[in-house]
Amino acid sequence: MDNIAGTKSSLTWAVHLSVIILVGLWLFPTVGLLVSSFRTADQIATSGWWRAMFPAEQNLVLRTAAPAEQVQEGGLYVIEGNLFVEDGNPRPEATISVWGTSSRDVAAYEVGDTADMGEDGRITVAENGDYRLENDTEFEGRRGERVFVTAKTPPEFTLRNYQNVLFDPSNREGMAKAFFNTLTVTIPATIIPILVAAFAAYALAWMDFPGRALLIAAVVALLVVPLQLALIPLLKFHNEIGIGKGYLGAWMAHTGFGLPLAIYLLRNYMVGLPRDIIENAKVDGATDFQIFIKIILPLSFPALASFAIFQFLWTWNDLLVALVFLIDSTGETTVMTKQIVELLGTRGGNWEILATSAFVSIAVPLLVFFVMQKYLVRGLLAGSVK
Amino acid sequence: MHPAFQGLLTVVIGVGGCLAYYYFSNAFLDKVLFPPRGKNAGRNINRANMIRPWLFLAPALIALGLYLAYPVVETLRLSLTDRSQGGAFVGLANYSQMASEPKFWEALTNNFLWLLIVPAFSTMFGLLAAQLTDRIGWGAIAKSLIFMPMAISFVGAAVIWKLVYDTRPIDQDQIGVMNAIYLSLGGDEPQQWLTIPFWNSILLMLVLIWIQTGFAMVILSAALRGIPEETIEAAIVDGANPFQVFFKIKIPQIASTIVVVWTTITIVVLKVFDIVFAMTNGQWETQVLANYMYDKLFRANDWGVGSASAMVIMLLVSPILVWNVYNARKEMR
Repeated sequence: MDNIAGTKSSLTWAVHLSVIILVGLWLFPTVGLLVSSFRTADQIATSGWWRAMFPAEQNLVLRTAAPAEQVQEGGLYVIEGNLFVEDGNPRPEATISVWGTSSRDVAAYEVGDTADMGEDGRITVAENGDYRLENDTEFEGRRGERVFVTAKTPPEFTLRNYQNVLFDPSNREGMAKAFFNTLTVTIPATIIPILVAAFAAYALAWMDFPGRALLIAAVVALLVVPLQLALIPLLKFHNEIGIGKGYLGAWMAHTGFGLPLAIYLLRNYMVGLPRDIIENAKVDGATDFQIFIKIILPLSFPALASFAIFQFLWTWNDLLVALVFLIDSTGETTVMTKQIVELLGTRGGNWEILATSAFVSIAVPLLVFFVMQKYLVRGLLAGSVK
Repeated sequence: MHPAFQGLLTVVIGVGGCLAYYYFSNAFLDKVLFPPRGKNAGRNINRANMIRPWLFLAPALIALGLYLAYPVVETLRLSLTDRSQGGAFVGLANYSQMASEPKFWEALTNNFLWLLIVPAFSTMFGLLAAQLTDRIGWGAIAKSLIFMPMAISFVGAAVIWKLVYDTRPIDQDQIGVMNAIYLSLGGDEPQQWLTIPFWNSILLMLVLIWIQTGFAMVILSAALRGIPEETIEAAIVDGANPFQVFFKIKIPQIASTIVVVWTTITIVVLKVFDIVFAMTNGQWETQVLANYMYDKLFRANDWGVGSASAMVIMLLVSPILVWNVYNARKEMR
């Protein structure tokens, strides 16, 4: 816009740079969580996620093969192998810088050195993890010798966290059940208010009756009433009519709380529909019900979609309504947000679990967001800019 | 019955029931009650048309009344009664008890801080992002990425930012970005960020600013694009530099939109609960009203004081409520 008058701005590069920085800042925290959810617990605990793309220096405790593997070479008993081979599976290539045989001095030896462990024998460790353990007498015991190494390991990503959190039926802290519970809450709580609101919005937009202006004002007022006020009175009400805590109560609460925005958005949209179409239909003898079903509803699709996305995001991401109206003491109906808050309390340091669980719950709204962004923006604009 | 199946059934019953209600109530009105036939045909049509709006409105009005209007009155009543005395009227006793609790004043002070800081910074960053992204080719992508936190739940955001604020003992590598930066800038030891009073509240606000900036940006960007080009061209011809164009020409023209954005975010701030609940639960002087209320209602089981604090939130929202209604009525005329 600033080159209108022919003065191409020298600020252009600064604009690009500022936007890159801004976007970077806004993405950085989320990317951190995403990257962390693909790392092992060890990796998360020992290095920042921003180092995940680069080889990491790690302190590892490894073991030589068990004495059962030993062979006799002349007068020597020898065990040979590679430290990084565990149960026959080689780890990704790592390079050892220093190593030791005692936890008190893990950097006692350079690669290629030989450590004398007295009656336990002598061990030589090479850079790639190959070792040779030899002794004058027979090795005894069941387990191998411990070796402490400082090694550079290449970046490594794993899907195991997701496997644990989503598909492990024995994991009581898993997200699978909570995921389906959230879905169960969300779908009816999104669809039902749309229908109820659409009829009301049509009446408020296209029917003439005394008190209409007052009702519209009331809807605008109810838009901002904090739902905190509704918690106790409605919980009492739900208990009195016998539905207590459960899905039905949560669906009803979400419907009630979503209605003002739904009516407001839909009415604003419907008012803007062309008057001719509706009047022509009336002249042709269509009833209000027919006009609504056959003309208004299809034409209002963009507004319906906008509200549906809002309501979906809101119910999916909700914690308070679920805490108060849904989750009873058995915890059978727990939703993902509640599950994550619990994990924050009990597994505060286990970032591999937290990050993965959080991402499971974030993934669906993000998908909806990127696919339906057009409608979301349109709804926001209809709701606040005239 | 499996809940998912129950949910599906609810959708079918809910949607079917709604449609059936609207269809049959209209049919009843037109065919049975006031048929547009016979000698009273004209009068009947008029009467049917007087009743029909209320048929369309009834379910919504009942739901709105029961789930939003009635609770306001009922909460007011509960705030004036004492549950342990069998619901006896106690006047303002709950309010004075609340006023004697330091935790309440802490929550109120924090809420005011939130009210000052979050809308201001969200609007500012939003305006900045809108102005910058409107001028570049890849602006749409940049916008969509800044807008993205909108879709993330407050709880999800709490986890994301807790990782940023994470603290490890000094002899280990820091895994939280904030401590890593702090140490690399010469800090002497890792800080437990969320336990440092005042600054921890700011850090919690940062989470909400991060979420709300996208909203502000989307609305303000539309408003900026709605500014008539002639006003800007005239200013440039008159020799205004880009900053003068922005602050003296553009800002005044979108002032009303800025107010809308500001008030909308203010309402979000007043209701903020999840972020505090999940990140600190009001410890270390980070309490806010909504979480204080939840504490009173469901942990202390004190409905009187809980309702009283809910009424405080309502009181703080009321000016915006009145302002919105006033504007809506002005527009309709």
